[in-house]
Amino acid sequence: MSPSAVALTTIFAIVAMGSAIGFLAGVHRKMDLEQWTVGGRGFGPLLMYLLMAGETYTTFSFLGASGWAYSRGGPTLYILAYITLTFVVSFFILPQLWEVARQHRLQTQSDFFQLRYGNKYLASLVSLAGVAFLIPYFQLQLTGLGIIVSISSFDGIGRTSAMVISVVVLTAFVLTGGVRAVAWVSVLKDLLMVFAALAVGIGIPYIQFGGIRPMFAALLKAHPAHLTMPGATTNLGHTWFVSTVLLTSLGGCMWPHVCGASFTAKNGDTLRRNYVIMPLYSISLAFVFFAGFTAVLVAPGLANGDLSLLTVARQSFPAWFLGVIGGAGALTAMVPASILVLTAATLFAKNLCRPLFAPSLTDHQVGRLSRLMVVVLSIVSLYLAIYSSSTLVSLLLLGYAGVTQFFPGMVLGLYWKRVSTIGVFAGLIAGLTLVAVLMLSNQDPFHGWSAGFVALCVNLTVTVALSLVFVSEPRASASAF
Amino acid sequence: MPLKKPSPGALVLGLIPFVGMCFSVALWDRVDPIILGIPFNIVWLLGWMAISSLCLWAAYRVETKPDKKDERAP
Repeated sequence: MSPSAVALTTIFAIVAMGSAIGFLAGVHRKMDLEQWTVGGRGFGPLLMYLLMAGETYTTFSFLGASGWAYSRGGPTLYILAYITLTFVVSFFILPQLWEVARQHRLQTQSDFFQLRYGNKYLASLVSLAGVAFLIPYFQLQLTGLGIIVSISSFDGIGRTSAMVISVVVLTAFVLTGGVRAVAWVSVLKDLLMVFAALAVGIGIPYIQFGGIRPMFAALLKAHPAHLTMPGATTNLGHTWFVSTVLLTSLGGCMWPHVCGASFTAKNGDTLRRNYVIMPLYSISLAFVFFAGFTAVLVAPGLANGDLSLLTVARQSFPAWFLGVIGGAGALTAMVPASILVLTAATLFAKNLCRPLFAPSLTDHQVGRLSRLMVVVLSIVSLYLAIYSSSTLVSLLLLGYAGVTQFFPGMVLGLYWKRVSTIGVFAGLIAGLTLVAVLMLSNQDPFHGWSAGFVALCVNLTVTVALSLVFVSEPRASASAF
Repeated sequence: MPLKKPSPGALVLGLIPFVGMCFSVALWDRVDPIILGIPFNIVWLLGWMAISSLCLWAAYRVETKPDKKDERAP
């Protein structure tokens, strides 16, 4: 067999094994809306841990992190800081949100906005923005899948056909399994991923340079400034680091799918215990960076840094092992992609279509509409992934700039009695508008600051100021706050 | 049932990782000294990932202790 056939067969076997686990988890369960979206709210510590870990290690942290280590250098370290601090922030927000969600049987983030602020237009705006900013995150996973398959086939299969195949498998998988299937596939995915991270992070520097120490020594000799900020960039310095880490760590639990996943827990303590462990677990991520740093010297001049990890893996390992890494990478894209598209589709059907256009829909019909939306959103993201050339990290930062604008509404909504509907509404519109303007006019970073963080500051100021001026009318359903 | 807010003690414990990994970046973003072959800024962040877990573990203890007393109280 040719090397590409060996590598592709291995990837295919791993993906098939993952899908089989997913299908089995979905069989023999009545798939109503509650089961499909929040797994019947009965996930104990183990499944919960798997789901959370499943959301942490995405294509972004695999190909994107190494890609930035390769093309940007020092600034990529923001990823280690933000992932850790996301868990710290989540520790103080999501258990409380879970409590509210349980009492009022909430299934989505927008349900919370509807309950807390009692305004269906605000809740719909949150849903719309949620869906809009989940799309780049989903697109990122598809782009990653395309890269994996095309490099592992030794460029025999084009990225476009690779992405089309991936979308078909993914859609079938989400439609049958729901969130429980996703959690169970994470078992295989995370075992393989940690193994792959260690293999590339230790193995590649060892094969190319004789170890991690000589690799760093050689890199520092050739590019002395690559490993500190701003690295290979001119504008990603310390101000950018602090503002981006704040933006992304505060925004980490504002993702609709992260809120959704937390609702699957059995209780708030299950969540807290998870956040205690997750930073330790994330240490394995650092090894992915080592592979990217090795690629700087071994595979210079790549047009797209996101290709660096697999390119250098292809140069270092036999084809079958490239297949194992590719297979781990493929599951690492598919598991989060499933969660993302499932969340976006449910939000669209339940929190956007039903309240605005078709209030008479039953839960059963909403469930069917969600499934239809899984297909529609997959096709839209596939289209974007084929025609866009953004790097994986910049796609994720775009998503973060958007979803972090929910922070004032969520956190003040939980902890500050006085926060008013008009304040949150105006703040959110100001924040989202500013994000759109700055991002579309290529002004990120804005004078050295992360554009999304600047927008968050404006958003928060508007929210607090208007809440102090206009007092909300007391509402019955808000009595819990 | 009113929502239980995080206690001030737990919040301070949560602030520690932010100081260590985020605000202090100018103090630790350098290559030397290289420890076990790894540049200092990377070693620093890895160390703080472990410390963050410890801080959250302590915060977890702070957060869950008063809970049990509340339940026993009449």
